[in-house]
Amino acid sequence: MLEKRVIPCLLLHKGGLYKTEKFKKPTYIGDPINAIKIFNEKEVDELMFLDIDASVENKEPNYKMIEDIASECFMPLCYGGGITTIDQMKKIYTLGVEKISISSQAVLNPNLLKEASNIFGNQSVIVTVDIKKDFWGKKKVFINNGKKNTKLDPIDFIKKVGTLGVGEIVINSVDNDGIMEGYDIEFLKEVKSNTNVPIIALGGAGNLSHLKEVFENSNIDAVACGSMFVYQGALKGVLISYPSYEKIQDLLGGKYSN
Amino acid sequence: MIAILDYGVGNLKSIYNMFKKIGIESIITSDIETIKKADKYLLPGVGSFDYGINNLKNTIFFATLEKEVLENKKPILGICLGMQLLTNSSEEGKEKGLGWIDADTIKFNLEDKSIVIPHMGWNKTKPTNTNNIFKGLDENRFYFVHSYHVTCNNNKNILATTNYGSEFISSIYKNNIYGVQFHPEKSHKFGMQLLKNFGEV
Repeated sequence: MLEKRVIPCLLLHKGGLYKTEKFKKPTYIGDPINAIKIFNEKEVDELMFLDIDASVENKEPNYKMIEDIASECFMPLCYGGGITTIDQMKKIYTLGVEKISISSQAVLNPNLLKEASNIFGNQSVIVTVDIKKDFWGKKKVFINNGKKNTKLDPIDFIKKVGTLGVGEIVINSVDNDGIMEGYDIEFLKEVKSNTNVPIIALGGAGNLSHLKEVFENSNIDAVACGSMFVYQGALKGVLISYPSYEKIQDLLGGKYSN
Repeated sequence: MIAILDYGVGNLKSIYNMFKKIGIESIITSDIETIKKADKYLLPGVGSFDYGINNLKNTIFFATLEKEVLENKKPILGICLGMQLLTNSSEEGKEKGLGWIDADTIKFNLEDKSIVIPHMGWNKTKPTNTNNIFKGLDENRFYFVHSYHVTCNNNKNILATTNYGSEFISSIYKNNIYGVQFHPEKSHKFGMQLLKNFGEV
């Protein structure tokens, strides 16, 4: 049977790898290519790279860097950041990337999703929804790297995106980003009951029991984690890590248990 | 030299990258002379069946490829849609497939509605024969992304099966012709082993 995926999510900023907290305070982690080599050795299920500058600065994706990343990636690879056109997507797929994540444009130009999934197949098109509580404590969809409140209700938005033929939806919690205290399970349950599109949870993972908890309670399809795989210990020392296959299976599947 | 066939479909670069990583010489090409000279072929493929088969049959190199594979018996490995194109037909489209292996491509028809299509993610395969491309791969896991799968008219063409709701055929073979539904180029050491094996068949 299909295995639940555990996906490291890495942020590109100023040409390096960074980690944020609530989308702020970017902290330098290291060189992206170096990180991929380590994740290759650890045989991660999949990798996700998000360029957190591209949309905000209205820049083209950094094709050279994407190519360098893809040529070292012997697992499925998702890239997101600054995508506004089909031509850009075509170029990125040609470089050896399987999946492209669309965020801001999913709000501004939903037609792009429909067009892209018709051309490239829905498995190649992912939407990442950045969700943050507004001043009144209500969850809203944010764009431009968490800077702009679209005032859209996340559930309504996810339902709508689900009809456009996208392959997966990443639910990214801005409020939990880098906090490492667990996923927003109640909300993920609500998301899951409102769409048939596979859901990837991002934002909040701090340890393996958080992964077990979210899989057991919310029926989501995959988890993505940032801090958990780049930090170690209470002082958050930078150390790239990933649990062994047996450990993940033991935790999530109950197999390989002695 | 393995020729990675460029017919405007599929993620060629990832396959090239993995061959390079494991030290096997390969080239992404649509050139007739290069294809004639190559020892083996890699038929990639992502996208819809009709689009894929039309593109392939309309390439300038198609007649050359057909001759090298069917007459000169040079090995070929089809990946994902590339494997489905080896079959007679697909429920995804109206066009005829290559028919190089007596099989057909059909849609997943799963009773269990909780199982999501496409089948996307890591899964295991059970090889029926580990003397060829599955050498050393009794234990494995591979990355899959597909909504259609192959069904063989002759059981001896089944090279591996995988369970997703029920058992389906995830690899086929006949003499010098091989197909895998999953993506070895995205399956870490398991994919490297499989591509290395193909380099040695």
